[in-house]
Amino acid sequence: MSSRRGLSLVLAGSLGLTMALTACGGGTTRESQAQQPAAPAPSSSAAASADPSAEIPEGLKIAFLPKQLNNPYSDIEAAGGKEAVEELGGEYSLVGPNDASASSQVSYINTLIQQQQDVINIAANDPNAVCPSLNQARAKGIPVVTFDSDANPDCRDVFINQATTEGIGKTLAEQALELSGGSGKVAVLSATANATNQNAWIEVMKEELAKPEYAGVELVEVAYGDDDDQKSFQQTQALLQKYPDLKAIVSPTTVGIAAAARYISSSDYKGKVAVTGLGTPNQMREYVKDGTVKEFALWSPADIGYLAGYAGAALKAGQITGAEGETFEAGRLGEYTIGADGEVVLGPPTTFDASNIDQFDF
Amino acid sequence: MAVDVPSSTGTAGAAAPAPARRLGALASWEATIIALTVLVLVIASLTVDGFGDAGNAVFLLLDITPILLIALPMTLIVMTGEIDLSVASILGLTGAVMGSLWVGGMAIETIIPLCLVLGAVLGAVNGFFVTVLGLPSLAVTIGTLALYRGLAYVVLGSNAVADFPFAHTGWVTGTAGGGVVPNLLLPLLVAVVAFGIALHATPAGRGIVATGASDTAARFAGLATLRIKFTLFVLSGVVSALTGVLWALRYSSARADNGAGLELAVVAAVLLGGVSIFGGKGSLPGVVAAVVLLASLQNALRLENVSNEALTVVTGGLLIASVLAPNVLRAVRRRSASARASRAR
Repeated sequence: MSSRRGLSLVLAGSLGLTMALTACGGGTTRESQAQQPAAPAPSSSAAASADPSAEIPEGLKIAFLPKQLNNPYSDIEAAGGKEAVEELGGEYSLVGPNDASASSQVSYINTLIQQQQDVINIAANDPNAVCPSLNQARAKGIPVVTFDSDANPDCRDVFINQATTEGIGKTLAEQALELSGGSGKVAVLSATANATNQNAWIEVMKEELAKPEYAGVELVEVAYGDDDDQKSFQQTQALLQKYPDLKAIVSPTTVGIAAAARYISSSDYKGKVAVTGLGTPNQMREYVKDGTVKEFALWSPADIGYLAGYAGAALKAGQITGAEGETFEAGRLGEYTIGADGEVVLGPPTTFDASNIDQFDF
Repeated sequence: MAVDVPSSTGTAGAAAPAPARRLGALASWEATIIALTVLVLVIASLTVDGFGDAGNAVFLLLDITPILLIALPMTLIVMTGEIDLSVASILGLTGAVMGSLWVGGMAIETIIPLCLVLGAVLGAVNGFFVTVLGLPSLAVTIGTLALYRGLAYVVLGSNAVADFPFAHTGWVTGTAGGGVVPNLLLPLLVAVVAFGIALHATPAGRGIVATGASDTAARFAGLATLRIKFTLFVLSGVVSALTGVLWALRYSSARADNGAGLELAVVAAVLLGGVSIFGGKGSLPGVVAAVVLLASLQNALRLENVSNEALTVVTGGLLIASVLAPNVLRAVRRRSASARASRAR
């Protein structure tokens, strides 16, 4: 039948098209690929070596591309970036997708290249998908700083890491020591049993607790609330039934800490059992005010953006190239040193308590 | 049964309209869209910094590619009065399978044809439900939209496969000889022309139009409408799978959520291009223009730092206009025709 033949022709045409596509190599497997050199990774710095005394030029066009716009957390990060860019006398711009997808971020990177921005600061939605575009930007002399969420190290110059695993684990152990009054039973309320971040932090916390200065603190259980509000609430209840003499609950997840605080604040344990861990000020404000929570910690999102802004400008000016050991000034945050793999660690998390919580809104 | 074949659809077999009349039909919405597209391209090149240069053209083409490719079979399907909403999920599932086979150690040259076969099978499943079981394609493909996307997560979970060979990923994003002509341009043009010819200049294409205009009439005229539809669903699956492969290579990232939501962008472009959602009416040049129009508008507005919200509003407004305008035009024409008729009396 003729109509079928026409359609088959189209079908065959599309197949032929692919054959042409596939004809550019013979039998490439993952294994054979591994022996070949990886994709070229350009360097964005004009100078091969850093010049620490280079001046940061006025009017740098510094763009921020967060994971998505209109996300309260991202907005605060970007606001910190804006502060830095204004201090540097640069031109700040904020672009980003509404949907937190990598493919829309790629379109925005391309736009930023076309706009001839001087620096791109990005929180990557997918470490790999943004790579080719970021490398195109770097090939055109636009340095790339990742913050919050890193891209593949091959396609950025510097990564602003909000906190190290060590830093957070130590903070959690210190909180446990302080809030238990130096001795007594503490429990951890984590996210899911296989949450990578939480498990790494808890591991460090345990190592810390094994040290002599923590001898009085006994970690009795790690419970899992699965980052589900209701389950975390029930797990808190169960912990207290099991260990009525518990001194503190440490929850290294924003969902867990809020649920634990809610349970304690509405029970007889209020004032007897301390809740701490990682949370956001807006979530925890009422529990800090009513005395359920004395203190908790989190990195400051504004400082992440602020530091990214300064790092980007320093890269563009040639003060740094992203190599380990180089140092740069980051305004009110002071001097930073680039670590291995181009990572810059923001510093220890900020501790929030009744005295400072009202200065934060996120 | 009354058979109403709209005159502007053109060629439902024997009653081919006069050339002048066909020109008149084309001069309506499709022509408006094509003119609008050219206008936007010219104005943007002149007024928007960075829009007109070669680098941007490459980016624009890369952004257009997935929507344009899938819009080709989608146009044909919508012309028959059906729809395929599972295209983006086929894209995602193909990418996921491609990623896991690659991790499993298979050669990319074997994986890509396998992926196209997979696309054909996924499309055939849609086609089976629609043509053999007689279920409405809207319902069927909403179902497979969820099903195929779910399978993609079964295959790859939340992992991403990112180490595809640079020879392939670089080819997709690169230009011929490092110049200004993107590698993808020629194959894309070939595909557009092939689909254009198939729809507008072959018996198969006339069969598609006739099927959409009136399934019953077409069947009485001896056309195997079910077979046409089945073939189109398979074709849509293959092209979506091809797009899935290109997507994974372009972004060097095979993930289960690749291309999520793309089906709506494709359907939007097809409708904006003047294809009637009820079938039987439309043209491929209109759809191609609509794809280019939407993408270049977005690109230009982004370069001008227009916010995302405004972009969404503009796209939505254009879509409403595309549905509204032909109806308004028809109403105006009818009124003037009846006015003329009464004056003649």
